[in-house]
Amino acid sequence: MIELKHLSKTYGGGKHQPVKALNDLSLQVPEGMLYGILGPNGSGKTTCLRILCTLLAPDSGTVTVSGIDALTQPRQVRRLMGYVAQDVAIDKILTGRELLSFQADLYHLPSNKRDERISELIGLLDMGEWIDRRCGSYSGGMRRRIDLAAGLLHSPQLLVLDEPTVGLDIESRAVLWQVLGQLRDQGVTVVLSSHYLEEIDVLADRLAIFDSGSVIAEGTPTELKKALGGERVTLKVREFSDLQESARLRNLLLECPGVRDVVINKSQGYSLNLLVDTQDVSEVVRRHLKDQDVPVFSLTQSRPSLDDVYLQATGRTLMDAELAVAGLRDPKAERKQSM
Amino acid sequence: MPQVSAASEIFQETLALTRRLFLQLIRRPSTLVAGILQPLIWLILFGALFANAPEGLLPGGGSYGRFLGAGVIVFTAFSAALNAGLPVMFDREFGFLNRLLVAPLRSRASIVLASVIYITLLSLIQSLSIIIAAGFLGYGWPTLPGMLIVILVLSLLIFAVTALSLALAFSLPGHIELIAVIFISNLPLLFASTALAPLSFMPSWLSWFASINPLTFAIEPIRASYSNDFHLTDIVLVAPYGSLNSLTCIIILASLSLFLFIAVRPLLDRRLN
Repeated sequence: MIELKHLSKTYGGGKHQPVKALNDLSLQVPEGMLYGILGPNGSGKTTCLRILCTLLAPDSGTVTVSGIDALTQPRQVRRLMGYVAQDVAIDKILTGRELLSFQADLYHLPSNKRDERISELIGLLDMGEWIDRRCGSYSGGMRRRIDLAAGLLHSPQLLVLDEPTVGLDIESRAVLWQVLGQLRDQGVTVVLSSHYLEEIDVLADRLAIFDSGSVIAEGTPTELKKALGGERVTLKVREFSDLQESARLRNLLLECPGVRDVVINKSQGYSLNLLVDTQDVSEVVRRHLKDQDVPVFSLTQSRPSLDDVYLQATGRTLMDAELAVAGLRDPKAERKQSM
Repeated sequence: MPQVSAASEIFQETLALTRRLFLQLIRRPSTLVAGILQPLIWLILFGALFANAPEGLLPGGGSYGRFLGAGVIVFTAFSAALNAGLPVMFDREFGFLNRLLVAPLRSRASIVLASVIYITLLSLIQSLSIIIAAGFLGYGWPTLPGMLIVILVLSLLIFAVTALSLALAFSLPGHIELIAVIFISNLPLLFASTALAPLSFMPSWLSWFASINPLTFAIEPIRASYSNDFHLTDIVLVAPYGSLNSLTCIIILASLSLFLFIAVRPLLDRRLN
């Protein structure tokens, strides 16, 4: 359904330091699948989706949707696609129904089908109570639902959503998850970006993990976690440790039988994430630390998560990666890029 | 058949885009009201300021209020058209334009076309309100053929200024900059025209400037169209470079708006594709 090949995109230059948003990124999304793109802020998710939706041209690379070249035939691709952007752009002065009607005209729906489709979507997204109120009075969840409805008006074969659940209330998130599942069951290809692990883990049939503008892992959530193998043990010797102490303990733990690898998790007070072979290693680790007179504040064992996949590939957790870019991003420059 | 469907799709999308702009105007009418109030205040205050000016001061006689009417009518249309880029700029800034760009519009020129239709109708409504207000203030009424000339001249001026304003909306970084350009260009262009005073009152350098100011080419045929004895070929502007009649002024305005639309098209195409 979607084939992105060797996409590169660099922003800035001139006055600003150039930022490489996409770095030779390639990705294939099979038809009829709910496909997740997971990555921290600044990893290139939005740039990738904006290129896919024909809003942005890459510096190099190709984009094909259902066999159509999106760079040379963007209009044909737009016909197939619904797009729900990260920052919901809504006309506050219109009612929800008027906004949908406006959008339907941009998709050239005939007037008899238009009203029928709008009613259908009002029911599907449970918007009946407030659809005739002006959009300016809507909550974040209502706005996201109306935006999703706008993206679905023309019954697209492909729906692209950029971080659709950021800042959403639980009810709206549940409605959104349910609708996305239903769409996938009806054969619609759904591409969803998120930096919430749980969301991608629960929803996605397959996923790609983005880091610094490249795909660092790709597969089904189960495959990716299984590929890591073993179990995860999270160890804290005190509530907040420091790098020096954790580095010393890492060396100590690597000597422990059954411990395959140890990664220091900076975002959780320099705790230690151990990749272990079997379920009973916890006790071995506990005894090993006791022999060395090292106290244990907490020690928990779990199956590997998608965060472990990310940690394994990049040496940092998603939260670390978010913190690392938080101060580096320039909201003014980013707004300009999206204008 | 595909051509018919292309035309109907362009019609559907342009109608939707125009309807949205008018719904905004109806529900937030301050733009409409302010666009009428400001020139009305000019008309009343400026008219009163020179109400007792000595008779025969103005070329061709007549009261200052009558002289001022045409200038304020043109100023109304000019100010309204200068604001044409603002809704587009806000759509760019709030990300609403992306909603339009991601839709399979048959032609993205619909976005420009809708803006031109909207601003032309809005400017004409505001200008007609001022024509009526000026009439009631005793500053005279245009003749019926004269009214057609007024509408034609105003439309040409609106097209030209709208093209400029839309080009600015797509090239400036934000609405603050756009408002600054509107603010800076609005009054100086009015003062450097024959809206408030005839060329004969001005020093040579200013009369040169006023004689090439597009507002002057709009004001003079409209001023003439208030006369009962109006002819398109009557001289209306005695400029330092030569005398012009109404028809020449209208041809200059038409050429200017055509030239501006052709000139800004590559920019609009680049921004919308």
